[in-house]
Amino acid sequence: MAKVLVVTSGKGGVGKTTSTAALGAALAQTGKNVVVVDFDVGLRNLDLVMGAERRVVFDLINVVQGDAKLAQALIRDKRVETLSILPASQTRDKDALTPEGVARVIEELREKFDWVICDSPAGIERGAQLAMYHADQAVVVTNPEVSSVRDSDRIIGMLDSTTERAKKGEKIDKHLLLTRYDPSRAARGEMLRTEDVLEILSIPLLGIIPESEEVLRASNLGMPVTLSNPTSAPSRAYFEAVRRLEGETLDVSVPTERKGLFDWLFKRSVA
Amino acid sequence: MSFLTSLFGRKTSAPIARDRLQILLAHERAGEGQSELISKLQEEILEVIKRHISVDQDKVQIKMDRGAGVSMLEIDIEVPEATKPAAKAD
Repeated sequence: MAKVLVVTSGKGGVGKTTSTAALGAALAQTGKNVVVVDFDVGLRNLDLVMGAERRVVFDLINVVQGDAKLAQALIRDKRVETLSILPASQTRDKDALTPEGVARVIEELREKFDWVICDSPAGIERGAQLAMYHADQAVVVTNPEVSSVRDSDRIIGMLDSTTERAKKGEKIDKHLLLTRYDPSRAARGEMLRTEDVLEILSIPLLGIIPESEEVLRASNLGMPVTLSNPTSAPSRAYFEAVRRLEGETLDVSVPTERKGLFDWLFKRSVA
Repeated sequence: MSFLTSLFGRKTSAPIARDRLQILLAHERAGEGQSELISKLQEEILEVIKRHISVDQDKVQIKMDRGAGVSMLEIDIEVPEATKPAAKAD
């Protein structure tokens, strides 16, 4: 039974696309058939973050409007063979996405894959609504920062009221993914702590992704971080998050970089 | 930690962020349900008025202020010129 997962946040720039790529790749790395779908029509970036930008021929809009078959638009990842990407259109208007067309595409994807991961655009408008409409589960990406937490609260409200499941009176599983977290700043009282965010948003925690240089390095290279450096702290956090998505119960911790003596000395001399 | 902060005379900012969010979101969550109530009220009040006089949908303003002691429901209906003697509800 395929699962449709939306990665959403309300606020822009908190790590939706990075997390979509990393969670999708991590699931595929464990052997699952995964497709990541970019719903950010007009501002597509999932293809770029995943290193597939030069292989885009057809996109989601082409499939929605019947100008291309789904198989023609899907791009198979070159590194993980069970991972595919369905890019958004860069030139078309977001109004080209019709609810009926999206429903048909999601239905077709459900038949082909174990996981359909929808990367939502920022905001609470049509694009974001369509991205979440068919979801069985949602990952709410939040930074430990006031505006991000507020917007996440709003998105959680929408997940509970405007999705297909909500309208049928069914529940949608919501998970909090706390990104760009700095445990030392949180300990010093300079950043909202995980407990604070959890208390305010009151949805279960999927994982804590520590602030890391590896994330920018990965997007520079066009690779999900779980592929570019699988043992780095953010990658380990994403791998654990994926195990929780699959139903495992694990204690949540903030992974830290395993630094050698040389790194430590080097850091000290630079600081 | 507390002796450190008092030593430097600077309060940590995260607890302030948490408190501000808790107050704000309590307010916003209450507001969400309220706006639904308001639009329902608007719809039904308009229906009753329409039986007697023709008023524009946009000319009906409904506001609710919930205070600690007193809550106020304010209904403001702009009535067209010709039917003015009929009603001025405020």
